[in-house]
Amino acid sequence: MKLEVTTPSEREIRITRAFDAPPGLVFECHTKPELVTKWLLGPPGWSMPVCEIDLRAGGRYRYVWRNDDNGTEFGVQGEFREVLAPNRIVNVEKMDGVPGEATCMASFAPVGEGTLYTLTMQFESQELRDGALESGMTDGMSLSYDRLDDVSREVSS
Amino acid sequence: MHVTSAAKRLDATFFALSDATRRSILLRLARGEATVNELTSSFEISQPAISRHLKVLEKAGLIRRSRDAQRRPSAVETKPIADVVTWIERYQELWERTYQQLDALLADELKTRKRSQGSRS
Repeated sequence: MKLEVTTPSEREIRITRAFDAPPGLVFECHTKPELVTKWLLGPPGWSMPVCEIDLRAGGRYRYVWRNDDNGTEFGVQGEFREVLAPNRIVNVEKMDGVPGEATCMASFAPVGEGTLYTLTMQFESQELRDGALESGMTDGMSLSYDRLDDVSREVSS
Repeated sequence: MHVTSAAKRLDATFFALSDATRRSILLRLARGEATVNELTSSFEISQPAISRHLKVLEKAGLIRRSRDAQRRPSAVETKPIADVVTWIERYQELWERTYQQLDALLADELKTRKRSQGSRS
């Protein structure tokens, strides 16, 4: 897996991921609605009916995902604090139905022909951080429990 | 509510695992159950100290102790450790799958842009 998830402090989650495209293009794919809606779709069976982005310091954004089977919706919204195309974005984000806000710092660093993307999310407390990690896990529940069984077997052998 | 109890459970797990002796005890128990006496003889610490460590591990749900009053052997409980590992793993898996969709889009866009550059020149 090219993706790394770490917890640099008790209130943070950091994601790093390498991409085989220059920072300009990776940045566009994160900030232009017509491109974002092509990949930020969540688990299979979900679509992204709302994707509004006002890309400037003080501008707001809103994303909504919908489960096409049962119509369940989930959204996030936030405000940009700093926009430095194509290398850096700072924004605050709030998830629907979840207390607290997270400050997100995204950097798009050129590495050779590609990009190293780093997203650091800072939460207001460890509890909220853990909640976000756990919601990631819950979303991933559409995956089977095979991995859990493997790990359990490894630990117990 | 659910998040809070899960977070508390993880706190207990991490606290129990924060001590080198307790980790050694856990590794020893991963190879097979053992009584307090057996553990005392393999670790150079007193029986009360071993008992205290076992209590912490038990409270975190990392081990279970048999009801057998004479021996009370301890054995490893794997679920809390599996929970810690999978929490981050699942988060990672979810995002990796999302970013693979971005990989595909980036490859498409690079191709399209190269083509339109080529047709212009």
